[in-house]
Amino acid sequence: MNDVLDAFGVEESDVDRLRARLSAAADAEGILDVAYRTVDTPVGPLLLAATEQGLVRVAYPNQGHDAVLQALADRVSPRVLHAPARLDPVARQLDDYFAGRRRRFDVPLDWRLSVGFRSTVLHHLATDVAYGRTASYAALAALAGSPRAVRAVGTACATNPLPVVVPCHRVVRSDGAIGNYAGGVDAKRTLLALEAA
Amino acid sequence: MAEFGPTVLRVVRAVLGPADADDAWSETFLAALRAYPELPAGANVEAWLVTIAHRKAIDVTRASARRAVPVAEPPEAGSAADLPDLDLAAAVAALPPKQRQAVAYHYLTGLPYAEIAEILGGSADAARRAAADGIATLRRTIGANR
Repeated sequence: MNDVLDAFGVEESDVDRLRARLSAAADAEGILDVAYRTVDTPVGPLLLAATEQGLVRVAYPNQGHDAVLQALADRVSPRVLHAPARLDPVARQLDDYFAGRRRRFDVPLDWRLSVGFRSTVLHHLATDVAYGRTASYAALAALAGSPRAVRAVGTACATNPLPVVVPCHRVVRSDGAIGNYAGGVDAKRTLLALEAA
Repeated sequence: MAEFGPTVLRVVRAVLGPADADDAWSETFLAALRAYPELPAGANVEAWLVTIAHRKAIDVTRASARRAVPVAEPPEAGSAADLPDLDLAAAVAALPPKQRQAVAYHYLTGLPYAEIAEILGGSADAARRAAADGIATLRRTIGANR
């Protein structure tokens, strides 16, 4: 009796329309804990996720968007919905950034996925290393108050929950080599070239 | 949870018809979002959603009855010759509620009869019989129309 399945086939557009309506209703009721969307950029489609406090996660495609959403469900809240509206401001700012029209991001950040020394490192990175500049892992360790913690700075950058917006792409090796990057070395090179232009 | 969106929409359409299905779907997922943090780890999310959808469908049916909105005429046999889906939708709509629910929950979601019995009340055997009777009626109706 598989005809029954066919007769009640649903269009993806119907489900999308209902999901949009659900997101709006959940947001209004205060039970949309994590809103997400993707944006297309020169470094690939980026996943953006925000809590009511602010942007909580930016993820590259190579990090696996499904895995990232699952981690958000586990660590923040299972109430995760595709809800582009909450992310419109940061999506617009990313468009401007990649078009060379914006040098810093001005959106509220939710730092809850970064704790301890890693959080300290990323806060310094967000405020002390400007657009178009780079800093070595060692320099950032010194800025964070632990000059010997160079490897820990590397880990902080590798696990940055907010790449691009918190600019770990501006951290390079002391010998001038580009170093690793959460989004892959090509993405890092693209971002540094964009900011050097 | 999002992955079950299409399944739940099929279920509420089968049980309620297309007019009320959107409301039931939205109410189901809003209720699920409210309750989700209390759902035990490892619970069968699909069965849980169908259980909520079942209750919401009953609520929507009651609300519709109170509003006494005129219902669209089911399509006449033959008029929808090139739209077999409409034939089948009308045939499903004409089933007694328990058969319609048993058919929808078993054939659209694949839930086992033991789970369906939990949702509908009664035994797993009764749920199996209701689904079998419903399917037999659908076969007859569709066979007669083709």
